Amino acid sequence: MSTTTTLEAPNTGTWDGGNEPMKASYGKLMMWFFLLSDAFTFGAFLIVYGLARHKHMPYTGKADDFTFSTEWWPIPEKVYNAFPGLHGMDLPLAFVALMTMILILSSVTMVLAVEAGNRMDKNDVQKWLLWTILFGATFLGCQAWEWTHFITGTEEGMLLADGTRIFGANLTMNQYGPPLFADLFFFITGFHGTHVLSGVVLLIMIFINTVNGVYHKRGHYEMVEKVGLYWHFVDLVWVFVFTFFYLI
Amino acid sequence: MATHHEHDYTTTGEIPKPQTKAIWRTFLILVGLTAVEFIFAFTMEASTLRNAIFIILTIFKAFYIVGEFMHLKHETKALVWSIILPMALVAWLMVALIAEGSYYFESVTNYFK
Repeated sequence: MSTTTTLEAPNTGTWDGGNEPMKASYGKLMMWFFLLSDAFTFGAFLIVYGLARHKHMPYTGKADDFTFSTEWWPIPEKVYNAFPGLHGMDLPLAFVALMTMILILSSVTMVLAVEAGNRMDKNDVQKWLLWTILFGATFLGCQAWEWTHFITGTEEGMLLADGTRIFGANLTMNQYGPPLFADLFFFITGFHGTHVLSGVVLLIMIFINTVNGVYHKRGHYEMVEKVGLYWHFVDLVWVFVFTFFYLI
Repeated sequence: MATHHEHDYTTTGEIPKPQTKAIWRTFLILVGLTAVEFIFAFTMEASTLRNAIFIILTIFKAFYIVGEFMHLKHETKALVWSIILPMALVAWLMVALIAEGSYYFESVTNYFK
């Protein structure tokens, strides 16, 4: 028996795996198609949101007279108008604007890390990855606050027909409007938040690898690029969630 | 598996200067578009036109994130189409089911009065 193993020469024919029609590595292509399938999931959520919203009554009165009711779908500006530390003030969409800025900034620091990786600049990759982790974690903290506020509710709550008041929201009752509104809030922002959390975990993993010089020894920082694709996708989803959930 | 070819600057230790102009330009465009969305949110009454403006601005933002940050603009045509085409079909489904929701609402309010 021979002690040396010889590798088979790679196939080079066009239909033998010898050509790369998309001119991208296996890992990057698979990340793209995973993200496509993930986009279907979020697409399904937003499709359900559109359907549910259009099968409920819209609020037709004046915006200033708006009150929470299970009769109609709430105006988002009236639901998301709180800011940490500024209790009782009406600041429509201010906190969600801050969250959007944090996520866009994290996307920029991520793309800067990828750029540094292309130049094999280990120190810059570390620096920008750390910033991205920081912004990602901050976003998660903001979301935790937002959820807590949504679940606890406002001081006025919602007056029911039998004279009782309900405060906050869970999966079966909701002071801001129809229960479906709260359900979709929990599912859509929750699913997005889970993605951010997984993204932060992945970022920490590649940060440790970068510090240990794994990618430098490998000769390329493609893993940073792949995680970068995922991270930008998370930002992209937030852009859509922001428009369909908070603006429209 | 064969290792990838080494870059020259790993051996020489020289690191080229960062090229970040395009990145910051994209960032400014994204922030600008978000700011425009907020201006519309606070100065315009809710209407179909306002929603259309929001959706168009969102698509512009998506274009910059996917095209520049995710680098799809600089990939091969085959890859671009295999991502864009399925997404276009999902967008179609979304429009279709929103119309379905409106129909359901009409039916319930008009037939069960």
